[in-house]
Amino acid sequence: MTVRADEVAHHHRTPWFVKGKSGVVRRVHGAFPNPESRAHGGSGMPKRRLCQVEFRQSDIWGPKYRGRADDVLLADIFEQWLEPVPRG
Amino acid sequence: MSSDHRHPPLLHADRSVRATRVLAIRQLLIDKGVVTAAEVDDVVARSRARTPADGAKVVARAWTDDAFRGRLLADARAAAREQGYRLSHDADLVVVENTAEVHHLIVCTLCSCYPTSLLGQPPDWYKSFAYRQRAVIEPRAVLREFGLELPAAMHLRVVDSTADVRYLVLPRRPPGTEGMSQDDLAGLVTRDSMIGVAEAHRPEGGRCACRGTS
Repeated sequence: MTVRADEVAHHHRTPWFVKGKSGVVRRVHGAFPNPESRAHGGSGMPKRRLCQVEFRQSDIWGPKYRGRADDVLLADIFEQWLEPVPRG
Repeated sequence: MSSDHRHPPLLHADRSVRATRVLAIRQLLIDKGVVTAAEVDDVVARSRARTPADGAKVVARAWTDDAFRGRLLADARAAAREQGYRLSHDADLVVVENTAEVHHLIVCTLCSCYPTSLLGQPPDWYKSFAYRQRAVIEPRAVLREFGLELPAAMHLRVVDSTADVRYLVLPRRPPGTEGMSQDDLAGLVTRDSMIGVAEAHRPEGGRCACRGTS
């Protein structure tokens, strides 16, 4: 999946450094109240699925990353931020 | 607000701006009926009652009880409840296991999410901007500064607890601990080893190398 690269003004739980990056969903934690609604006085409903996504560190930081090529970062990303990886 | 409504004084010469703000927000939430003072006190008391010794007991049991270890890795919330620890808020708990091939490091880059139900309050460095940024950008250098030189062959997985799940590391059981009791083993499990910035202590001369966890 690819993380949407949107810059949004409201509260959200998607770190800037994975926006626009592609990774693999390793587990689905279940559904949680949506923090993007809850942080602004909303109910958080409907709940959204929270996915643990694995990114290669070298895909996030490029050649700046000093470590093994297979080192990874796992981040929990709400489903509304995930899109299928574009083909091609 | 009614005129007979009395507050403890918010402004105090020895109180920081931040502490004053926190107290003001607390008072507003109480005044508006969102929470009661007793509820706030209860949450603070429960949070303060937890220390890394609680997490250490869970780790020590996982080291000595394979079936429990399996349950802990599959459903940490249920396994913690088995040990008498109830997770106090909505957040879920996931335990990740360090092995001879894989090392996990936990960070919350967005704020300071932490498995308080098993470790109590996070250390100040965990909440610092420096740790929260560097743990993802240069985790091996951060680990080196904590005194942990990862072997080049070790696969490093940094876990960023960005949302509703808290993470706890199940550190590797140190060599030379065969036959030790769960209590003695728990004495080797440090807070830092459950965050992933250190390994569990090794026993020294057959005695546990317990050190303070603050």
